[in-house]
Amino acid sequence: MKIKNYYKTSNLKDAYKMLQEDKQNIIIGGGAWLKLTNKNVETAIDITPANLNEIIETNDSIEIGAMTSLHQIEINKGLQSHCNGILCEAISHIMGMGIRNIATIGGSIMGKYSFSDILTPLLVMDTSLVFHNYGEISLEEFMSIKRFDKDILVKVKIKKDNCRGYFHKVQKTALDFAVINIAVSKKENIRIFVGSRPSIATEPLKAVEYINNQKEVNDEVIATTASLAANELKLGSNSRAGSEYRKSLVEVYIKRGLKEVMSNEN
Amino acid sequence: MKINVTVNDRERVFDITPDEYLLDTLREHGFLSVKRGCDNSSCGVCTVLLDNKPVASCTLLTVKTEGCHITTVEGISKDAEKLSEHMGDEGADQCGYCNPSLALTMYALKQEIPHPTDDQIKKYLVGNLCRCTGYQSQVTAIRKCLEDEE
Repeated sequence: MKIKNYYKTSNLKDAYKMLQEDKQNIIIGGGAWLKLTNKNVETAIDITPANLNEIIETNDSIEIGAMTSLHQIEINKGLQSHCNGILCEAISHIMGMGIRNIATIGGSIMGKYSFSDILTPLLVMDTSLVFHNYGEISLEEFMSIKRFDKDILVKVKIKKDNCRGYFHKVQKTALDFAVINIAVSKKENIRIFVGSRPSIATEPLKAVEYINNQKEVNDEVIATTASLAANELKLGSNSRAGSEYRKSLVEVYIKRGLKEVMSNEN
Repeated sequence: MKINVTVNDRERVFDITPDEYLLDTLREHGFLSVKRGCDNSSCGVCTVLLDNKPVASCTLLTVKTEGCHITTVEGISKDAEKLSEHMGDEGADQCGYCNPSLALTMYALKQEIPHPTDDQIKKYLVGNLCRCTGYQSQVTAIRKCLEDEE
């Protein structure tokens, strides 16, 4: 990435105005994945001075400032206990400490990275995003919008509930991107998301509808759900794995995930 | 553009471009203990401490360090020397290329987790690769070094 100018401000209004001034102006997060792109940036806008790097627990949610580093999240007690700590667990397997101290939650979400280990667990929890101009939107809706108007992510809100969770990342080495990552949660209903397929995280809707319509979730229902999901999801091939291998992994780990969130119930 | 930083307790002014990485800036200014390895965030040999937290300098834009304290291995020389002795005793280093980054990450580990278990040591150091050793001797050296300090 080539950057012509750098603008640092604590004032989000100024930052938003500057963001709209040129197509090639961007908000810069931690900057961890800049080397992956060849973009030419006119002005990189740094909102670090706005102090959006805190995790605040309110009565009904956990609010994570957009500039909070991944390592801050990893060691946060409230997030470690929410939904079986799946967000912290997922983050703990991302690269090394030197990157987790740089990368921010805001940058990780706004990049909509297909290999993301963060979007997958966030999507099975009740997560919403608060933007400077747009206001609040659910993460799921945000993900479904192809061209979201340029805006500044201010915070990520995770609703506090009694959700139970499971996350698993299959990776070839400790520092590699995921071959596949899978998150499962259970509240009133079950949610399943699969990421790094190698495309971006998505939900096997038919499989999820099937399991949520069953009166009792037994081993047979779990096996059918996992099989439905593996057949329904579009799984591709890349240098890490072929689609057939990914299909086998999805079936196995969805089964394990469902068993875990169901067993937590008892 | 000019930025003000503190490197190893000494104030510095760096004249940089907005897309310059900290590794390049530091090496250009003579901090050659900060090594270039993969240059893509994977190996950890470029680690420095930014306000006492380990960061991969090949991945951090220098402009983001304005007003921060940067520590290279020269800034923790006593701790690095102690670790170096233990590394030697355990046969844990051969080429030594990754040692400065390892010492800095261990220094940060001590601040964050004063009495780490072996699992915590391994987890904390997972981003610091070494092509020579099998890692076990490094963990043993770090464990002994930490015990020595207690």
